[in-house]
Amino acid sequence: MHRLSVLVAFGLFVWVSACGGNHERAAYLRTAPGVAPSGAREDAADAKDFPVPPPPFSEGVFPCSQCHADMTPDLEVRDLGEHDGIELHHGPRDRWCFDCHNPDNRDMLRLASGRLVPFSESYRLCGQCHGDKYRDWRMGVHGKRSGEWNGKKQYLLCAHCHNPHAPRFKPLAPLPPPKRPDEIL
Amino acid sequence: MTEHPKTEAPLSSPAESPEEAAATRRHFLQGMAATAFVAACSPLEREAFFQRHFKELNKDELARVLARLSQGYSERFHKQVTVSAEPAASGVLFGYALDLSRCIGCRRCVYACVEENNQSRDPQIHWITVLEMEKAGGVDVMHANAYYDADEVPRPGHFYMPVQCQQCEHPPCVKVCPVQATWQDADGIVVVDYNWCIGCRCCMSACPYGARHFNWGEPTIADAEVNPETHYLGNRPRPRGVVEKCTFCVQRVRNGRYPACVEVCPVGARKFGNLLDPTSEVRYVIENKRVFILKEELGTSPKFFYFYGV
Repeated sequence: MHRLSVLVAFGLFVWVSACGGNHERAAYLRTAPGVAPSGAREDAADAKDFPVPPPPFSEGVFPCSQCHADMTPDLEVRDLGEHDGIELHHGPRDRWCFDCHNPDNRDMLRLASGRLVPFSESYRLCGQCHGDKYRDWRMGVHGKRSGEWNGKKQYLLCAHCHNPHAPRFKPLAPLPPPKRPDEIL
Repeated sequence: MTEHPKTEAPLSSPAESPEEAAATRRHFLQGMAATAFVAACSPLEREAFFQRHFKELNKDELARVLARLSQGYSERFHKQVTVSAEPAASGVLFGYALDLSRCIGCRRCVYACVEENNQSRDPQIHWITVLEMEKAGGVDVMHANAYYDADEVPRPGHFYMPVQCQQCEHPPCVKVCPVQATWQDADGIVVVDYNWCIGCRCCMSACPYGARHFNWGEPTIADAEVNPETHYLGNRPRPRGVVEKCTFCVQRVRNGRYPACVEVCPVGARKFGNLLDPTSEVRYVIENKRVFILKEELGTSPKFFYFYGV
């Protein structure tokens, strides 16, 4: 009798192993929330590069050094002559140019640590304050992606959707509503 | 007019029994009907009429069917239209995630879908419906407005919820189809064989999401607007009288690309990927964000997840 139950148990084991495919299919439902995000995953995300199109400069402004190279940096908060089109609507009122721009080399941005980053990697700068969004962005969850779901993806810089000086996403005109059923046929 | 009494016109020669005579006549008429049908149809129409169920086609038959359809569409739309039947890849189960805290209701997805998937422009068919709801009321589809119009969206105090086929793991539409013209493929996409659909619309009444649409009239698309890269089970032009639905852009995703609605979304609210891949975007969303599925209580197990990315 004992031997029989061992046989039955073994048979069950074989059968369950054979159903592996179904288990795999249901795996996404089984995974407990909050288990997967680990340091390892974020490190992996750091290691991969984020292919982005060129930064969305206004025409003719870059490189900044073409005007600024011969100018002495003025750290005073004041009305800017040349850049008066820029209105800052970003965070607290005492936000100022050199929170992000670098006074000594205008063609680079400056992190809080003093490290310089190019405009093409401006996400590192934004990520200093918006860490949660930065984490989601690296995972492909915050922001728009195009390309391949299983391969090469096209990322966008934060600045492609959010004007860094006034980052709130601008409203859009909607496309036309659908026809009502009584308007069809 | 002379009336002939029935007895004067014998139906058969005296040598045949009445049953034999009837059988002969039936065969004759059947033969005539078949000949007439064959003579009236072009070879292509004949092949289409006798085409078997998609899943029963062998390799050669499938190749002939695809070639026939491609030829027909190319002639009709005056450009080269290809029809693929790319099968599901193994180890792939497609899932979709939509960020309700991002969507602004601009309807770019609706029209990108129409262009990609060759929906009829008139009568109008949209596979995506964007619902506008009041923030104060929460997700309340009973009182949602699909016909909102405004100069700018999002309108203050409102949020937006696009609804399309939820690619259920237990799809009620598949269960009710009396002819098995719709089924769930191995990668989880629910597809329709338009050549097998009889247009009974049982699936439309079974779907709790309003995701299936019927071609009440002859679909019209301008030649220039036809997307020539098509899939047999997806965006190939449909005839009148069949049901159609979102396929996650089967013609794109089985070639590694994102669905058209994902790529067009200006706010990046739409996420897509392989649920079996732990590093995919959808898995990250499911594991890290507040996620819900629509009408969970019905037990349809959608593979379309709504989430709040904030």
